[in-house]
Amino acid sequence: MTGPVFGWDDVKPGDNDLTAQHKGDPIGERIIVSGRVLDENSRPVPNTLVEIWQANAAGRYPHKADQHDAPVDPNFSGAGRTLTDAEGRYRFITIRPGEYPWRNHYNAWRPAHIHFSVFGQAFLTRLVTQMYFPGDPLLPYDPMFTCIADENMRGRLISAFDWETTIPEQALGYRFDIVLRGREATPMER
Amino acid sequence: MALFATGSQTVGPYLHIGLDWLVTRNIARPGVPGERITVQGRLLDGDGAPVDDGLIEIWQANARGKYNHPEDTQKKPLDKRFRGFGRIPTDSRGVFRFTTIKPGSVPGPDGRPQAPHLVVTVFMRGLLKQLATRMYFPDEKANTRDPLLALVPAGRRPTLIARRKGRSLLEWNVVLQGKGETVFFDF
Repeated sequence: MTGPVFGWDDVKPGDNDLTAQHKGDPIGERIIVSGRVLDENSRPVPNTLVEIWQANAAGRYPHKADQHDAPVDPNFSGAGRTLTDAEGRYRFITIRPGEYPWRNHYNAWRPAHIHFSVFGQAFLTRLVTQMYFPGDPLLPYDPMFTCIADENMRGRLISAFDWETTIPEQALGYRFDIVLRGREATPMER
Repeated sequence: MALFATGSQTVGPYLHIGLDWLVTRNIARPGVPGERITVQGRLLDGDGAPVDDGLIEIWQANARGKYNHPEDTQKKPLDKRFRGFGRIPTDSRGVFRFTTIKPGSVPGPDGRPQAPHLVVTVFMRGLLKQLATRMYFPDEKANTRDPLLALVPAGRRPTLIARRKGRSLLEWNVVLQGKGETVFFDF
């Protein structure tokens, strides 16, 4: 099984900086989100496309379906992409997304999160997931997060504060490693 | 050391913010060899209602049955202009439409030939994980010998085979559940 291959013809080097897509700086706390894409045997997944999207610092998406009463930020579109390097590493510069209400149930709020889409080496290793932030008090109340039954598996969706990638006077670093499932699986009828 | 795969999460309602930059409705640029086809269909939920903010992705081989991927080592010609990837959003009526070329036959994992097909994944809000299916071609003798189609009960095979609506126009709907539910594959 194989999957599409993307390159630097598709992605521009600056596409990983969500804070530099407009004339001004976006409002919010600048952060660095980085990590590695690995397979289940701890091997790096190189040169693979990683796409992210997220709300702005006020918890608002620039989308007609988002009617949350919070300001749109003209300097923040909330989307980025990059390719992993030979060691499977990726890095984004962005702002910390805000929490937002979503009317799923009474007083429902999504914890702060960043959506991730990753291709991997085969079409069926394709993963879409969400990255959360450590210590977020909304996590136990969020059905999107808690729908993953296994506690350890849930925990792996939470990024870790990373002092090593934190830039003095500039941005806190968060580390989020992504493990893609095996690629040898044979398709079976559901 | 064995690692545990990261869990899948829904794309949510705002997937288009992050994914639309790569929308590819014309999978085969002009000049790419092969039988040119347009596929049109609708993404429908269990009540038959259109899913107006979904997204499908396509992965396919070229007309000679070779994937544009370094691990496809078959001795067949590769056309660098043809990536074989499509990403198509549904519109307000749940309609998706794309043009491509009909792929050639590719061998399956056990080396047996498979009938020409597109690998298709479906993304939409509410789905914890994308759905995976295949679109096969009408009037294709190789369908009767395809190992994956053979796994599917005969009565449900038509959900995987497009219908011819014109000389180069095929229709193929994706039904998420209920009557006429498309066969989806676990992977």
